[in-house]
Amino acid sequence: MQNRFLSLALSLGLGAATLVAPAAAQEKSIIVASTTSTQDSGLFGYLLPLFNAKTGIDVKVIAQGTGQALDTARRGDADVVFVHAKAQEERFIAEGFGVRRFDVMYNDFVLVGPISDPAGITGSKDVSAALTTIQAKAAPFVSRGDKSGTHFAELALWKDAGIDIAAAKGPWYREIGQGMGAALNIANAMNGYVLSDRATWLSFKNRGNLVIVVEGDRRMFNQYGVILVNPGKYPSVKKELGQSFVDWLISPEGQGVIANYKIDGQQLFFPNAEKKAS
Amino acid sequence: MPSGERFSGGAKINFFSAWDLVVSGNPTLMAIVRLSLAVSLTAAVIAGAVGMPLGASLALTRFPGRATLIVLCNAMMGLPPVVVGLAVYLLLSRSGPLGAMGILFTPAAMIVAQTILIVPIIAALTRQTVEDLWSEYSDELNSMEVGPVGRVATLLWDARYSLMTTLLAGFGRAIAEVGAVMIVGGNIDGFTRTMTTSIALETSKGDLPLAMGLGLVLICIVLAINAAAWVARLWSERQAG
Repeated sequence: MQNRFLSLALSLGLGAATLVAPAAAQEKSIIVASTTSTQDSGLFGYLLPLFNAKTGIDVKVIAQGTGQALDTARRGDADVVFVHAKAQEERFIAEGFGVRRFDVMYNDFVLVGPISDPAGITGSKDVSAALTTIQAKAAPFVSRGDKSGTHFAELALWKDAGIDIAAAKGPWYREIGQGMGAALNIANAMNGYVLSDRATWLSFKNRGNLVIVVEGDRRMFNQYGVILVNPGKYPSVKKELGQSFVDWLISPEGQGVIANYKIDGQQLFFPNAEKKAS
Repeated sequence: MPSGERFSGGAKINFFSAWDLVVSGNPTLMAIVRLSLAVSLTAAVIAGAVGMPLGASLALTRFPGRATLIVLCNAMMGLPPVVVGLAVYLLLSRSGPLGAMGILFTPAAMIVAQTILIVPIIAALTRQTVEDLWSEYSDELNSMEVGPVGRVATLLWDARYSLMTTLLAGFGRAIAEVGAVMIVGGNIDGFTRTMTTSIALETSKGDLPLAMGLGLVLICIVLAINAAAWVARLWSERQAG
């Protein structure tokens, strides 16, 4: 009786362990620290199987905000970073954590807000004027507040508008410290304005009464870059496999795949890799 | 191999369509369920193997600082998963002390985090159970001059049915938490994505009905496991006569 009970417990434990084992025994894989926009928009779901079919390399994506993704790589926990905040990426290179940075693709940010538009900015092409109005009318604004690429872009736009947001913020300005999707969910719930990358906005399903209020300003440009983590800093970095992912992304083939990815007929990312590194 | 597949594209997804995914054996969802169960069951078994003898020893031995240890153990039942996740992350990171193992962002790291999370729960509940039982058994075991190891083993064995509930409490905590597995697993598609991290992901994508549906599926799975444990208990009680 005692033996039967013990063997039941043991086989349960062993059974569970064997379930985990095959998943852990994967080779030829790299870890890419990237942003929520590239994952949530479905780009990786479309692109990675094609890359895998060609090279046999399994790409494991950790989707974080740009700041966090760069920090993950700074600790040596990723082989490649694929993010969207050029100034932060260049600092990352300058600190010696990355080898070279390559432009991969771009799209743009959009200012999203409630259809009732309490600040009265719908249709504006001037994001500075729109933000100035939001601040003047103290209309609810949701900020990512998480050091992501979109958060950095938002801060730069306030600065462009001549507003020192750290000093000007009041109860109307809500820093949530969460991802793009959470920010959109909250903006929807509180009838607030929020800056979003277009890819996440297009693939987002809980829009409720949110619509795009400002788009098409050249300052809302959103550039993505890819960097191999410096194997000189961390010998554990899978140099060859990571480099082949970088090379493929900026190759004509990879660029074509990016251009082909569409949701409802809309292209989400526009490839713009050059041969030389920036 | 990342599947990249979305569960479904329809707008009107609710519990029933999430349940359809289970019934129809949607491979993406099945893999996620399998991983969740494998990680949390393994963590519960390891935590049981560590926590039960620990709890029983705490109940049966007297030493200075015992009361402090008991209070500490009880308090650690409330460890925030996100703190455990962060601690394990820093430990397993390439720039951390155990970085050379290279298990960050793997299921193994998730098992480590969940085990740490639930050992205090299992140890604390076991201590209470065994201590209560000890008041019944102390005369008998003292007169038979059973040694400390024998006492621990005897009491653990005789408390096995109560301890099954203890184990289920630990398992329940493990499979329900999202903070630790998100940090140390990274929510990698097809590799470290669990039920709870999927629910968090679908919520962030704004697909609230699918997220809720997956939540109900998770609850049903936990319910099924508890029912199975109950049946196993009835069966083994009957065997024991």
